Amino acid sequence: MAKMEMQNVTLTYGQRSVVRELSLHIYPGELLGLVGPNGCGKTSIIKALSHVLIPDAGRILLDGQELGAISRTELARLIGVVPQNPSLPDTFTVFEVAILGRNPHLGLLSGETARDMAVVWQAMEKTGITHLAKRRIGELSGGEKQRVTIARVLAQEPQVILMDEPTANLDIFQQMDILDLITGMCREKNTAGLIAIHDLNIAAQYCTRIIMLKNGQIRAEGMPKEVVTAENVREVFGADTTVYPHPENNLPMVLPNTGCRHSGNGNKEKHTNKVH
Amino acid sequence: MKNLESDKKLDIPAKENSEGEAANMAREFATYSSRRLLLIVSICGLLAACVIIALLALTVGSVGIPFKTVWQVLISHLPFVHAQANWSAVTDMIITGIRLPRILLAGAVGTALGTAGATYQGLFRNPLADPYLIGVAQGAALGAVLGFIVPWTFGGSYLIPVMAFIGAVAAVSVVYLIARVGKTAPVTTLILAGVAIGALLMSVTSYFTMISADKVRSILSWMMGNLSYAGWDQLGIITPYIVVGLAVIFLFARPLNVMQLDEDQAEQLGINVERTKIILLGAATLITAAAVCFVGTIGFVGIIVPHIVRLIWGPDHRLLLPLSAIMGAILLILADTASRTLMAPSEIPVGVITAFIGAPFFLFLLRRTKKAVF
Repeated sequence: MAKMEMQNVTLTYGQRSVVRELSLHIYPGELLGLVGPNGCGKTSIIKALSHVLIPDAGRILLDGQELGAISRTELARLIGVVPQNPSLPDTFTVFEVAILGRNPHLGLLSGETARDMAVVWQAMEKTGITHLAKRRIGELSGGEKQRVTIARVLAQEPQVILMDEPTANLDIFQQMDILDLITGMCREKNTAGLIAIHDLNIAAQYCTRIIMLKNGQIRAEGMPKEVVTAENVREVFGADTTVYPHPENNLPMVLPNTGCRHSGNGNKEKHTNKVH
Repeated sequence: MKNLESDKKLDIPAKENSEGEAANMAREFATYSSRRLLLIVSICGLLAACVIIALLALTVGSVGIPFKTVWQVLISHLPFVHAQANWSAVTDMIITGIRLPRILLAGAVGTALGTAGATYQGLFRNPLADPYLIGVAQGAALGAVLGFIVPWTFGGSYLIPVMAFIGAVAAVSVVYLIARVGKTAPVTTLILAGVAIGALLMSVTSYFTMISADKVRSILSWMMGNLSYAGWDQLGIITPYIVVGLAVIFLFARPLNVMQLDEDQAEQLGINVERTKIILLGAATLITAAAVCFVGTIGFVGIIVPHIVRLIWGPDHRLLLPLSAIMGAILLILADTASRTLMAPSEIPVGVITAFIGAPFFLFLLRRTKKAVF
């Protein structure tokens, strides 16, 4: 099973370096959470790990082999990516998009076999979109499109799965559904998973390990309990919060301290004024 | 009671769903696997239609020739066939020397423009893309106009298509180089650069056209699209280019499907996006230049043909590309037949006809807001 590794990687867009000398590992069977404020380099890391963005310095290894030494097609068989806001062709049907995931497994001239289609259908069953098979992408909601992309990636049968905010358009039930699916996959198929995610509570509940980033560098790394603390959240996000253990599983929960930020008196006066 | 009723209502579709699941899957697989069959059947059907239209087109013109005679003349030219000629040599000449090469050339040009249009639209993920969007036609036009006005000491008119070809390839190369950002040429900058270079080339072309007073007429006739100089020679020259270009493009049908996602996703699905882009851009430019060099700029075929095919057969490029090729041939043979018969014995430039029919159709597509066409 594949393990991914970044060694002292620096990534730049034009003149601006977004990630500086960053090292991380993704192990088979784990779901690594990548959290941090907007612009901290989460998306760039995912692009670099999928060999779309080439590092200026440092090495990225897949099972000890540098990404540049592996062919595009081979990479696509090993690494599946759920990008942030992926664009999908509106006139394609859901099935037509999902089956694009089989592309790295097909030769230039060969068509899809029955097995290819069965894999695609299974991926669609897992993401709960089989009833949409014939629908065109243009008719779907944001959440449904998100599921189509995830099904497309599952159809790739990757050994490493990288996700950039895969639950951004989903409601709480759908978020849990997708994350249950992904954590299940990581555990059962021993897939190495990386998820960039905004929601600290979701990250703490589902990720086996969390890396907290600020300005392209790692500020905290470890088990959810070690990383998601009030001090770290204040330091990295500049937000004043209280962190409680979840009553059932003791995993950390982040709650905003609204009362402390807007000092009580002024607000109360305004409020009473409005009532008058 | 109310509760029971609503329970029933909820229950029934749920049951249907679980039972329908397997059937649903089987149906989806069947339709998807039958796509190859659909392709073969559609190709055969369209090819048959194309041949029939071409045969009918052979009968009409300034001299009407009965269908039976057309058949007999064509068959008499097949190898090992010795038919008793009961028609005049002039009739034979009109059919095999004038009309047949012209119809075949119209077919070849239509094939090239239709396929190139579908390729550019897929490549740029833009329903408005056509061979003229990235400067191909404008480059070819400038090359051809220079060919017209330079007093050649040798070669003469045969150098004009060569000049058109060079112009087209040069224009696209410049557009591609300008649009490059780092190692890639993003689609939007490619289109913007194409539009700007196209406009620049057009202004240069207009200037040269204006100062070449005595040749304005022949230049304008070329720019409006004209198949009246068609002959076997021209057909022989452009066919190899078109055959090679089509073969390359058809080979890349599935990668083109994957590239309908964005470029990052295509890359993450194993497509070498930049290489695929250059190969397809090169092949589509090759066949466009081949189409444009003898017959001039024929607008709207490249835009409309892929849209018609997409409306009927859907957006899968494995169907779209080959069917656009045949549909392009059919459309241009029809348009050229109209161009030489509507005002016989004088001709309406075929570009005028395609634009006259194409523009309203294009507007109709634009207004079909209920269902996205692309």
